[in-house]
Amino acid sequence: MVQVQIWGSLKAMTGGEGELQVEAKNIREMLDRLAEAYPRLKPQLARGVSVSVDGKIYRDAWFTPLKPDSEIVLLPRLSGG
Amino acid sequence: MPLDEQKDLEVRDFRIVGKRPLRPDGVDKVTGRARFGADMTAPGMLVGRVLRSPHAHARIRGIDTGKAEALAGVKAVITSADFGEVDDDLVDILVNCMAHEKALYDGHAVAAVAAISHAVARKALKLIEVDYELLPHVMDVDAAMQADAPVLHEDAADESVPDGMSKNVVRRHEFGHGDVETGFAAADKVLERSFKTEASHQGYIEPHACLASMGPDGQADLWVCTQGHYMVRNTCAGLLGMDASQLRVTASEIGGGFGGKTTVFIEPVALALSRKAGRPVKMTMSREEVFRASGPTSSSSIDVKIGMTSEGKITAGWAELRYQGGAFVGSPVEFGAMSAFAAYDLENVQTIGWDVVTNRPKQAAYRAPGAPMAAFAVESVVDELCKHFDLDPLQVRMKNASSEGSKASYGPTFSKIGLPTVLKAAKDHPHYSAPLGPNQGRGVAVGFWFNFGGETCVSLNVNVDGTIGLSVGTPDIGGSRASMCQMAAEELGVPYEKIRTIVADTASLGYNDVTDGSRVTFASGLATIHAARDAIQKLCGRAAQIWGIDEDAVIWEEGYAKPAGENAGSFEPLSLAEIAATAANTGGPIAGHTEVNADGAGQSFAVHLVDTEVDPETGAVKVLRYTVFQDAGKAVHPSYVEGQFQGGAVQGIGWALNEEYIYGEDGRLQNPGFLDYRVPVASDLPMIDTVIVEVPNPGHPYGVRGVGETSIVPPLAAIANSVSAAAGVRLTHLPMSPPRVLKAIKANGQG
Repeated sequence: MVQVQIWGSLKAMTGGEGELQVEAKNIREMLDRLAEAYPRLKPQLARGVSVSVDGKIYRDAWFTPLKPDSEIVLLPRLSGG
Repeated sequence: MPLDEQKDLEVRDFRIVGKRPLRPDGVDKVTGRARFGADMTAPGMLVGRVLRSPHAHARIRGIDTGKAEALAGVKAVITSADFGEVDDDLVDILVNCMAHEKALYDGHAVAAVAAISHAVARKALKLIEVDYELLPHVMDVDAAMQADAPVLHEDAADESVPDGMSKNVVRRHEFGHGDVETGFAAADKVLERSFKTEASHQGYIEPHACLASMGPDGQADLWVCTQGHYMVRNTCAGLLGMDASQLRVTASEIGGGFGGKTTVFIEPVALALSRKAGRPVKMTMSREEVFRASGPTSSSSIDVKIGMTSEGKITAGWAELRYQGGAFVGSPVEFGAMSAFAAYDLENVQTIGWDVVTNRPKQAAYRAPGAPMAAFAVESVVDELCKHFDLDPLQVRMKNASSEGSKASYGPTFSKIGLPTVLKAAKDHPHYSAPLGPNQGRGVAVGFWFNFGGETCVSLNVNVDGTIGLSVGTPDIGGSRASMCQMAAEELGVPYEKIRTIVADTASLGYNDVTDGSRVTFASGLATIHAARDAIQKLCGRAAQIWGIDEDAVIWEEGYAKPAGENAGSFEPLSLAEIAATAANTGGPIAGHTEVNADGAGQSFAVHLVDTEVDPETGAVKVLRYTVFQDAGKAVHPSYVEGQFQGGAVQGIGWALNEEYIYGEDGRLQNPGFLDYRVPVASDLPMIDTVIVEVPNPGHPYGVRGVGETSIVPPLAAIANSVSAAAGVRLTHLPMSPPRVLKAIKANGQG
């Protein structure tokens, strides 16, 4: 199991839960399990997210491994100017 | 290929990185040989021009192009009807490029022509008859959120927006942790203030320009001024229903972008005209078109509430941010809400962002999109609290600064960041204790930006004479060709001058993300280093063949292949040039490649220190002294890093003091030109001093952090704090133009 922190406005899609637990070994599995467990997150997941794993931010790296004690934070998809 | 992490981040004496070699594009730029967007020509080329809506909001009941099409010399006329169905994620881009059903802002494209000359094209535009039904418009973000505001779109809001709000409110974003009410209860003073900033344009000197040429077989070429030609290819191919392989896009030199050239405006129009006319079409925006129809940044309205103890400890931070992003979804308010308190290690923090549509041009990214306005609001309140408690503003920031291990206000725990070091550099600098005169004030502010990496592809070719050709796919908007040459030279052990870096076209190199997010020196640099190491491995392999020893018995040092030790045998080292000269005999061409999605971009922080003087009779502000302190991780070419610092400060000075989109009651832009939209010129400015701080980023082999965006985050706040101190009254509305400053002084009973 990994613990995933989501940002505040997504809590409305998870029944108020801000920290979600899913069974996942990498980012892709984590996103898939989140979509299954919390279908109302699907629109945001489809629009794209970034994922912070232990402070390092990934944008599209599906197969980044996740450990049970990793700090995993969902973030809006980052871009810049 | 595994990317280097901290294990690879050694303290090393760089041979070329960190030096200031001449820029490889310098001679071309100063002699006029460099070719920008409008410099390309083609046989049989036509002139493309766009007809734009004079109305801020109008239903298009019909467009009659008959008379224009009948005009001699007109070869094609297009409207939205000339584009087919597109994917959902491209709809807004298409509608922004060519209005469909409604004109949504003054300057919105409604039709375009291709003709044999500018004169004919202009005449043709006058012959196009558009039947408009005028609709009420709304320009201000707070007005657009009112329940009775004119509505732009019936169904643009997503699931994040609560029921009952204006349909112009299209997204809600919330970030934070802890409980702000608990934090406010622990404070000795809680201060709440409201702020407004006006829309400013990126102000690049080169207007958008392109040349499109599509043949009857559907194969097309596009030469364009852009920050991302792969983005242009993919977007245009999607809009025109083409295979990406049939569209080759070449990036020209670029006369500034700052985020404003990370999308398309005229490019798909030029391609559609070329497709219809069967001839090449060149399009160049006028300055007026750039202002009216390309992206400025959002205007904003922000409320901030901060609690602080009398010792300067921040107990809670809260902000509500409202950004209008023009007529389409996508203002950068989420980045504003994420970054607003990122510089502070807070137990209790909450930010809420509202994305709002108005009848203005679709905003485009502008260096650290969304962050400068948020920093202006937060840093103004921190400054006022410091004054309330008579505390040193830098000391207070040091007391509350985010550092390694802090939980960022947007979620993750920071790894190695340089904010404490940057703050100390500012505190120790003589500028901070220099005396001030009458009507003068000093302002300080902190800024943060995320930075990111992204998809990157690099090829490094070893030429037969021992020189190097390096192909990157990220347009050079800030000197990246020089820094790529430096990093390749550092790895290979050859002179900087032996390497030439080019920006390859979309057919010649794999996909590269846009030059944005302060990513190029980090990501293309990382890819260049790994491409060089890939080439070195092959060079060592060739040497091993020549010597008849195992490949792993060869090492690479200072440009030479050498036996790894006595057991490997005794051979004279072979130089890169010597190995290259016999490449044909040892296996053929030698090249190194990297394809990577570069993660691990390190966050960047800056502190700006500025002195201003306010004329109490006119409200005019003079910037007296300005110093930028920023963490670059590792400055590959310090002159370019300093240039980024200075450029961000100067653009921030313009945004803070003068730059502003001014609309009339009719919703038309009143100042679409550099005479009435005033950017700072050299005579307005002091020398912008810079201090480069280097706290290495563990995600890059040399420790590089992006530097292009953070430098525009603190200036609005630093200047506002300085002007407020000089004027004796808190300024809360940008730009602080003379009338606005004078009004504040008079309202405060002074002047």
